Amino acid sequence: MNQALPKLTVKDYASDQEVRWCPGCGDYAILKTIQKLMPTFEQPKENQVFISGIGCSSRFPYYMNTFGFHTIHGRAPAVATGVKLANPELDVWVITGDGDGFSIGGNHMLHVLRRNVDLQILLFNNEIYGLTKGQYSPTSPPGTRSPSSPTGSIDLPLAPCEVAIGSGGTFIARTIDTQAKHLAAVVTRGHEHRGTSFIEILQNCPIYNDGIFNQVTDKKIAADFKVELVHGEPIVFGKERERGIRLNHDSLKLEVVEATSDDVLIHNETNKVLATLLATMKGPDLPVAVGVIYHEEKASYVDDSQQQLISIRKAKGSMTELLHSGHTWEVE
Amino acid sequence: MELVEENLDEHHLDEKEVVDVVVRFAGDSGDGMQLTGNNFTEATALYGNDLSTFPDFPAEIRAPVGATFGVSAFQIYFGANDVTTAGDALDVLVVMNPAALITNVDNLVDGGLLIVDSGAFTAKNLTKAKYQVNPLEDGSLDKFRVLEIDITKQVLAAVAEFNLGHKTGVRSKNMWTLGLVLWLFDRDRAGTIESLKTKFASKPVIASANIAALNAGHAYGETAELPAGIHVYKVPKAKVSPGTYRNITGTNALAWGLVAGSELANIEMLFASYPITPASNLLHELVRHRDFGINTFQAEDEIAAVCAAIGASFAGSLGVTSSAGPGIALKSEGIALACATELPLLVVNTQRGGPSTGLPTKTEQSDLNMALYGRHGDTPMPVIASSTPTDCFDAAIEAVRLATKYMTPVMLLSDGYLANAAEPWKIPDLSEFEPFPVQHYTKAEDFKPSIRNEDTLARVWAKPGTAGLEHRIGGIERSFDTGDISYDPANHQKMTDLRQAKIAGIANDIPLQEVCLGHKTGKLAVVGWGSTFGAIHQAVKRARAEGLDVSHIQVRYLSPLPRNLGQLLKSFDSILVPEMNTGQFVRLIRSEYLIDAEALNKVAGQPFKIGEILAAIHAKIATSGSNS
Repeated sequence: MNQALPKLTVKDYASDQEVRWCPGCGDYAILKTIQKLMPTFEQPKENQVFISGIGCSSRFPYYMNTFGFHTIHGRAPAVATGVKLANPELDVWVITGDGDGFSIGGNHMLHVLRRNVDLQILLFNNEIYGLTKGQYSPTSPPGTRSPSSPTGSIDLPLAPCEVAIGSGGTFIARTIDTQAKHLAAVVTRGHEHRGTSFIEILQNCPIYNDGIFNQVTDKKIAADFKVELVHGEPIVFGKERERGIRLNHDSLKLEVVEATSDDVLIHNETNKVLATLLATMKGPDLPVAVGVIYHEEKASYVDDSQQQLISIRKAKGSMTELLHSGHTWEVE
Repeated sequence: MELVEENLDEHHLDEKEVVDVVVRFAGDSGDGMQLTGNNFTEATALYGNDLSTFPDFPAEIRAPVGATFGVSAFQIYFGANDVTTAGDALDVLVVMNPAALITNVDNLVDGGLLIVDSGAFTAKNLTKAKYQVNPLEDGSLDKFRVLEIDITKQVLAAVAEFNLGHKTGVRSKNMWTLGLVLWLFDRDRAGTIESLKTKFASKPVIASANIAALNAGHAYGETAELPAGIHVYKVPKAKVSPGTYRNITGTNALAWGLVAGSELANIEMLFASYPITPASNLLHELVRHRDFGINTFQAEDEIAAVCAAIGASFAGSLGVTSSAGPGIALKSEGIALACATELPLLVVNTQRGGPSTGLPTKTEQSDLNMALYGRHGDTPMPVIASSTPTDCFDAAIEAVRLATKYMTPVMLLSDGYLANAAEPWKIPDLSEFEPFPVQHYTKAEDFKPSIRNEDTLARVWAKPGTAGLEHRIGGIERSFDTGDISYDPANHQKMTDLRQAKIAGIANDIPLQEVCLGHKTGKLAVVGWGSTFGAIHQAVKRARAEGLDVSHIQVRYLSPLPRNLGQLLKSFDSILVPEMNTGQFVRLIRSEYLIDAEALNKVAGQPFKIGEILAAIHAKIATSGSNS
């Protein structure tokens, strides 16, 4: 941009709509952090577009004073792909949840990741269906008791970051709703990435799944149950950073060791095998990884599409030539 | 009304000069019948006949050799007068094997010419076609003029010098046959030779072999002693208005109409679709025209295709998606989102035989109800239907105009027959089309996404990237006043009424319904929509030539209907509605206008024959005569 942009603040990003999430919902914290973060990108507000599907998280665009589109269940990645293809200049954000993104919309999630469309996906994972009143979701642990599973769910859950890596995703990260600083830092990294940035945000649903992430959010115990990944740094955690993660070379599984052990892994966010192992870490044996899990530079679908168009459109089409192409004949 | 067929009393091949002829090439799906037909079509168009074609092929890409379900055929009707169908009965049938004979011979007129590759009538092939005895030997073909040639042997001799081996050499059978048929109708080979050179540019030996086969087939006609009654037939040139002409299929005309529509609207277009027969060719054609303001996107599924198109429209381009029946069903939720958010969207439905997978390569008009009603909620949208291959061009432009002017999804109906059929087209001069440039909204002052045009009721199109117009839209009901979420009961009533009124109002912006043949009042009107045009037109023309008081009305605008349609229909004593479904349009006009319209239905995967509609006209006139 050659033109100096007016300095924007958090207020510029709050729409005039009354926020209608339940009191105490983790979505409030995410909204506030994103509204604060947006001005730091120093981009024209009119170029920012938030697109969502259906669910509690998908109300998000209504509260952002940018362009926004609340679409249909599970299809936000497809709508967003169309938006980005039509205008690659736009800064496109997809807001989705565990049900919207990985149940009804699982197919589109897979394909937007594999195509590496240049946009940010914020997946609010609360491991439950909120808006339909509390049924288990594809990320709920087995045994979840809910209105549709009163005797405990028997579905085996998926790990969103693992699926995202498996789908060919090029930027995979995990963060936590109420940890504003970490959330902002991870989202900023994702925004810098050219391609699809997939960010799983562990989000508390105080009504239907309260405290499901307590281990990683409760300040008293969190240090023992989560590990913050930093590229190039040892993967260590615990109150005194006394424990670390290493690879067991026989089982090819990760395990916890003393931080002083000389085979503690160094995080390398470009290592896909390591990323896959880290993405699936969970209790009780392993801490939950947060931070940038995987990062890879790869051609983005929209860039490639634009390049083809630029090359093809060097000579602009002529309708008259098109209509007269091939065999024609004159009748007098 | 019961479907019966009248034989049109025509024996064309008795004279040296004939007014019109129907030729059908039939063989295995790997025999190259479509290529043969297309080349013959080109030569016929260059010769100056009017024509209409009907490619008729199986869903199987390469069915087992010799199987009846693997027979692929290409039919062409050409002549000196206006030709609007691919013809009822065959004057000439070319069969490359017994399966092609058994599946097509019933359509050959008595005295018709049957060209047979006798080399393919082996015991094995006869068994596969379920012939107990060889029909070439049992006298069952005596009523036809049979020209038996061992084409396989002839071809191998013709291409011997290229040392291609048996398997490759035999592949030129279709070109040998084409050469013979080109001779039969005095057509030029130059165009075919050129296209073979282009097609096999990287394999010059194959090109040469095919050309040699083509020439050998032609020479065979010239030199061989043919049975009596088989000779060169002259078909006089058609009398058509001056201009530059080309052949075009419905698919290409529709694709080019979309390109022209985006030029006239001065707007970029994103064509997003998922492959499905018989709609995929539209994507194949449009991807070749990205030098215009067109981009294409092969989505992961039908739903993603419609959603990407909607996203493009939200971003300020025109989103277009395309499919056939089952795929359109999947898009239904997305179409309703476009209706709710009042974004332009063009949905092309190339209808095929249903339900479910049905008959993927065959034609039908059974998605009309889905087009009109197949969505949740009260979700009106304009529906228009193209009636001929060339009409697909104009219909596509009109669909673009309506979608962008009224900020609405529009359904454009084509079908498997229109998509693949070809006819000559007087190339239009695009400068004669009225441009309808899109105006995106730009005024930031007092902006609301709910601002609308008082005449059209269309909402503003405020695209991302425009400073000061930041706003949110979505599927939740929107306030009439602000565009924000509203659960207010009175507002929902108002918005529902608005959506109905906006689409209903389009009736004031479309042409009045005209009568395309005959008087504006009278005994009987045959009313059609879509691809039944050609057969109805010929049937009505013949009935009128017999002195019957019959008119032909073809309806393009199916929702909203032309505002004079009810009045027009009521000025006829009776109405007959031929449709390739169980009576979807006839029920619409019966309920809309309370008139006693009668249905004539055919759901056989094949277009109506002229004789079928003519028989219904005769029956209808006879009954109404006895009533009066």
